[in-house]
Amino acid sequence: MNDLLSTTFLVGLIAATLRVATPLVFGTVGEVITERAGILNLGIEGIMFLGAFVGFAAAAKAEAAGMAGYLWIGLGAATVSGLLMALLMGLLTVTLGLNQHVSGLGITLLATALSLFGFRLVFGESSVLPSIDPFPQLTPFGDAPVIGPIFTQYLLTFVAFLVVVPVGWWLLYRTNFGLNLRSVGENPEAADAAGINVFRTRYLALAIGAALMASGGAFLSLASLGAFSPGIIAGRGWVCIALVIFARWDPVRGMLGALLFGGVFALQLRLQTLGFALPYEVLLALPYLVTIAALAIAGRNVAYPGAYLKPYRRE
Amino acid sequence: MGLKFERNPAPVWFRPLIPLLAIVLTFAITTTLVLLVNANPLQAYYYFLVEPLSSRVSVIEVLVKSTPLLLTGAAVTFAFVGGFWNIGAEGQLLAGATAATAIGLQMDGVSPLLALPLMIIGGFAAGMAWVLIPALMRVKLAIDEVVTTLLLNSVALLGVSALLNGPWRDPVSQWPQSPEIAASAMFPKLIPRSRLHLGFILAIIIIVVMWFVLSRTAFGLRMRAVGMSPHAARFAGIKVEQTLLISALVSGGIAGLAGVSEVAGIHFHLIDAISGGNGYTGIIVATLGGLNPWGAGLAALFIGVIDTGSQSVSRALGVPVYLGDVILATLLLVTLAMLLLQRYRIRWVRQP
Repeated sequence: MNDLLSTTFLVGLIAATLRVATPLVFGTVGEVITERAGILNLGIEGIMFLGAFVGFAAAAKAEAAGMAGYLWIGLGAATVSGLLMALLMGLLTVTLGLNQHVSGLGITLLATALSLFGFRLVFGESSVLPSIDPFPQLTPFGDAPVIGPIFTQYLLTFVAFLVVVPVGWWLLYRTNFGLNLRSVGENPEAADAAGINVFRTRYLALAIGAALMASGGAFLSLASLGAFSPGIIAGRGWVCIALVIFARWDPVRGMLGALLFGGVFALQLRLQTLGFALPYEVLLALPYLVTIAALAIAGRNVAYPGAYLKPYRRE
Repeated sequence: MGLKFERNPAPVWFRPLIPLLAIVLTFAITTTLVLLVNANPLQAYYYFLVEPLSSRVSVIEVLVKSTPLLLTGAAVTFAFVGGFWNIGAEGQLLAGATAATAIGLQMDGVSPLLALPLMIIGGFAAGMAWVLIPALMRVKLAIDEVVTTLLLNSVALLGVSALLNGPWRDPVSQWPQSPEIAASAMFPKLIPRSRLHLGFILAIIIIVVMWFVLSRTAFGLRMRAVGMSPHAARFAGIKVEQTLLISALVSGGIAGLAGVSEVAGIHFHLIDAISGGNGYTGIIVATLGGLNPWGAGLAALFIGVIDTGSQSVSRALGVPVYLGDVILATLLLVTLAMLLLQRYRIRWVRQP
């Protein structure tokens, strides 16, 4: 009996870990691709928030209009909102060469404020939170013991682990575009001299990254919650910023970091519901503290992308 | 085809106009949102910019709203001038607020003459402590401070939440808010029956002292030199590390004072919404103020007007109150872009 209980507990924990890690995988891979091109996109927190809002608002409107693919319309709209923010970030940091961290924070403030403004505009000030019928969970292994419940997940979770991470890795390390992207992030002058279009490459990296970030946000509103609330992202973007450094700018290590944090998060949630009185905030602070400690330990050997935070101008 | 940047400093008379132009441009851009809710833009601007200054009560409210912004804006300005990219004013504010609460809870029966200085010193020290690790990592290990200061904001928020859900949870209401601080630790009111408190005077003193230090002392000169070019500063024999460390620590301390001022002047207990993003808004204040103490002061007052105005726009015209936040974020990005004109002439060229 005890054995059965602990198996159920473990299976549930693993399933929850995959679910919690999903938006972090989207965000972390997106940020890795952006930073490898030499741009720190601190807009991530706001872009995830905007993706969650725009995805939800579009889906809710489409659902109300009786469209069958309303969730896909929502996801598409979220991606477009991410691309628009990438364009703005590109205009500021690539074309105008402005300070990346202030621009990124500005994007976060702007995207957050626009989402809250839009939410009031679309849904008014009703006391009941609007909701939609979210994406269903897939059950590829049916009722099989252990793997059945573990792999009862949303489509976007499968996409995150089976598409986003491998394709992100392949894009960075096995394609010409990835080589160009990394060289632009390491040494834009040399890349430019070799005939690579630095500006276009950086815009593309920002676009891919922001589309992923926005989809990660939309996963929360369209799949795991089926609703939108002001606390929906709650610092997940900043967790991704930490994970990117922890993963030393690698998508696969980023996924492992996301799983690790997802596991800790799922565990504290479960222990809390079981009535353990633990200061769960300490566990939630771990990704930040571990990242800062990792930076301190690596010290001068931290392998930042060479052109990190540096705008590029042709003189 | 592309933009070409030619180094060409703008004439001196043009520089103070840049923030004003940025404000005009920002309002032009955000007018689209006002039209979206079918409100009259001119009316909206009246409620945003004139209404908050039209009565004694609302002017006082503007000053109340500006108080934490004056402090966080000053904190960010000081760090940025010194070349330390402190994105962590939010966390330092929370650290200061926590220290102020901890001290304030112990001040029963203590004279305000002792309690108030203790609160101020404690909050300043807590803000300094919160920036100490990123500052040391930057100075000793050359690790970029942007991410470390940013991540510590989240840690500070979780720390406050842990305190409010744990030892400081209100035993009566079970709300996540600390017990009230002792009366002797509360900042005195500047005007009876208003919310304006000692924190405003404190903020003004900080701004004046900062102006003096930055523009009238040898240390200020060294700080600005390090901020412009650490290499050149080192070559000139300036102790770059020491100067950076002082810029960072003082900045953190001032941000901590913003937390003290909100606890001791407004709320009288710690809540997790004690900051409400004032640390991040400090970055807007510093940018709009052109990294100048007086500029930051004016910017903080202006943002206080917008903050107060967004509530009256919302009440009068039904425009969502978040329009104020959209305007501020747009203002940050527009100002940042327009500051380029200070140093460059930008031309559109066909052939790069």
